[in-house]
Amino acid sequence: MASHGIRDKVAIVGMGCTSFGERWDSSVDDLLIESSQAAYASAGLSRDDVDAYWLGTMGSGNSGLTLSRPLRLPYKPVSRLENYCATGSEALRNACYAVASGAYDIAMAIGVEKLKDSGFSGLVGATPPSDGTGSETTAPANFSLLAPAYAKKYGVDTDEMKDVLTRIAWKNHVNGAQNPRAQFRKEVAKDVICNAPLVAGPLGIFDCSGVSDGSAAAIVVRAEDAHRYTDKPIYIKALSFIAGPATGNSDPDYDYTTFPEVVASAKDAYAQAGVTDPRAELALAEVHDCFTPTELVLMEDLGFAERGFGWKEVLAGTFDLDGDLPVNPDGGLKAFGHPIGASGLRMMFECWLQLRGEAPAKRTISTVAAGKKLGMTHNLGGGPGECVSFVSIVGSEPSA
Amino acid sequence: MSGLLAYGAYLPYHRLQRKAVAAALGGRGGSGVRTVASFDEDTTSLGVEAARIALRGRAAASGPRQVYFATTAPGYLDKTNATAIHAALGLDESVLAVDMVGSVRSGVGALLAASAATEPTLVVLSDIRTGLPGGADERDGGDGAAALLVGPGTPDAPVLAEILANASATEEFLDRWRVPGDDHSRVWEERFGESVYVPLADRAFADLLKQVDLTPDQVDHLIVTGLHARSVASFTRRAGVRPDAVVDGLAKTVGNTGTAHAGLLLADTLDRAGAGKTIVVVVLADGVTAVALRTTEALPEHRAAVSVAAQIAGGRDTLRYADFLNWRGRLVTEPPRRPDPDAYAAPPAGRNADWKYGFTGSRCDECGTRHLPPARVCRACGVVDHMTPQRLADIHGTVATFTIDRLAFTPSPPLVAVVIDIDGGGRFKCELTDVDPDSVAIGDRVEMTFRKVNTARGIHNYFWKARPVRAAGSTEGLEA
Repeated sequence: MASHGIRDKVAIVGMGCTSFGERWDSSVDDLLIESSQAAYASAGLSRDDVDAYWLGTMGSGNSGLTLSRPLRLPYKPVSRLENYCATGSEALRNACYAVASGAYDIAMAIGVEKLKDSGFSGLVGATPPSDGTGSETTAPANFSLLAPAYAKKYGVDTDEMKDVLTRIAWKNHVNGAQNPRAQFRKEVAKDVICNAPLVAGPLGIFDCSGVSDGSAAAIVVRAEDAHRYTDKPIYIKALSFIAGPATGNSDPDYDYTTFPEVVASAKDAYAQAGVTDPRAELALAEVHDCFTPTELVLMEDLGFAERGFGWKEVLAGTFDLDGDLPVNPDGGLKAFGHPIGASGLRMMFECWLQLRGEAPAKRTISTVAAGKKLGMTHNLGGGPGECVSFVSIVGSEPSA
Repeated sequence: MSGLLAYGAYLPYHRLQRKAVAAALGGRGGSGVRTVASFDEDTTSLGVEAARIALRGRAAASGPRQVYFATTAPGYLDKTNATAIHAALGLDESVLAVDMVGSVRSGVGALLAASAATEPTLVVLSDIRTGLPGGADERDGGDGAAALLVGPGTPDAPVLAEILANASATEEFLDRWRVPGDDHSRVWEERFGESVYVPLADRAFADLLKQVDLTPDQVDHLIVTGLHARSVASFTRRAGVRPDAVVDGLAKTVGNTGTAHAGLLLADTLDRAGAGKTIVVVVLADGVTAVALRTTEALPEHRAAVSVAAQIAGGRDTLRYADFLNWRGRLVTEPPRRPDPDAYAAPPAGRNADWKYGFTGSRCDECGTRHLPPARVCRACGVVDHMTPQRLADIHGTVATFTIDRLAFTPSPPLVAVVIDIDGGGRFKCELTDVDPDSVAIGDRVEMTFRKVNTARGIHNYFWKARPVRAAGSTEGLEA
């Protein structure tokens, strides 16, 4: 029994990403066509060159027909996946494994979500028939449980905690302001963030990610074939996915200051990639900042900060665009928006741009120029106490 | 010897100041407060809470063999409400559970039927009383429930009060009425009702005293109740009992709880009465029924776990009139922009009834880990299907963390969610009710309460919530 990974066996050779946001003018079909066409063009391929597809969507369509119908795919295999907020990353993971296995030469992972058409605030999902005893709380309420627990454990007072959360939202808005594809493309003053109407617990509206429409896609091939399609392939170093036992909300030992699922998937991913000091080795990390306390806790779970010190690192700017380890340089879920099925691939799109030196000048991170060649994407789905977690490590060079 | 074996009453936490009605609508409004069932309570859930107080600490073997539920405001028609009470109390399937609903008179009928039964019978009397805004029923009504366990005494479960006799005077006349579907009752001019009720009460009371061979001045506690307040006052004045024998009707602190009121006042009396005292209950409701009881030596040792007086003292009187109207469905406010709640599905609720209604978790036979909800696979040791069911409705716990959810659908935003660490092991995440959202803190002590979470597609979703353990009316330390 072991998690071996597929380090350097598969590479991304083309990507596409739509703008995210209130895409009133675009259907699910339109978004899928937009991101897939961009990915084909990016790799210099046509539709018929791709052998198999993995489509990630949480609720914007069922079955592979959701993709094959709008693209009029000529009798190709299309898998449709769902894994909460890790849905897009799960599509990538499966496409990569298919190529690594030798089953296909060229595969596409594509994610899409159309959330705004529901007309509701926040995230809405269909649930199976139930006995009526399940939790009635919303996602922001579930994640807001992290804030008081963290503050109490590490002696952070209420005002300081609010400053830390505000700093995270502010940073992601600053980054998103430089991203033409982002849902929210403007900086927001800290006092505006801090004094916004409350949604759940201490979380105001600016502590929550954008409810969004969008799509993103990646084309993967065997690493040895990658240079046929691009001079600058991005190599898969690690893909780790973990579903937790979902015991946190029934286990008194869980303290709501960590995601054990994230710790486990990060450990697995670092082992696959041979990363021993992620904070020093990574050029950037795209992490699942669904709500501001999530990003804070992730800085510790992913090993970017010591336990209990993540909040100080946030305030010190460690994870800013010009910090030691830029986190969410594209604006993250907060500013880029969070169309569930597309988000994991959107994160990969930022790694694709930054590691290839193609990000817009105003949000180009200096860590790449300084010689760092690795990026991370991270998703989690569910909530504190019961979630799934995905971590990938990718790099601009194959290992020596 | 048959008689009262246990009793308990439940008053909801919220109070409406009558002057709050006047502040909104004008008029005099009146003085004092009335009890108000919360947005997540109905007559079924009030009844469960009263029965839990009555039965607390009682072994299943001496528990009820029948449940009679009486109310004027049933959660369902065509479906029995007593079955949810039966399930919430964790009673055996062989225990009968039936409704006696419709009029206030059903309550005294349930009590008399129980007193004639040969097996322990739990009488649950419950009501939510209101009427048109600004009206007397809204002002003078109250919400609450009482539970009386009646049956033959045993050494383990002695009779607390013998039921000595009863007498009724029945007559058909038009005083108060409501056709099904209407949201308020109508009443005839009150002087006509008084002309009928008072002579009926005279005759029933005289008949009763004759049966037990007592004179009015030998009655130690006289309870007179009915929705016709003028007749209740008239008869009380002329009954001929000692002034100190008249039991206060709790008009200033509770209001008239309709079907429940006779049981509530009896519970309040039993909370204080000594042994060997004669109690007469006179119920004016479409006729008059009088019941005589005599307390026994066992009463002082077996009073209800939570007294009526403690619950009166433990209420919160800051409810806004607008919220009262909203909770009773008379003022529809803008909901969050969220989907309506799903109705529960019958098969999963049926499979999980022990959990949903009885709050029955499980404990691992191998390692002792407690599971809420009950689990087949132990999270700690991984063993499969080595579990013993464990009823946890009477647990206490401590708030481990909490949040205020302003986005979630709830009939009364915001929703307060808590994670509770339970005394003796286990953790549960649920809603916290009867609480000021700004007052919640990590470390708060909580207990469980049976509530109506929501109603969707005409289906009431009953489940358990946490509520703060309060000094007044606390059950802390009274584990079952």
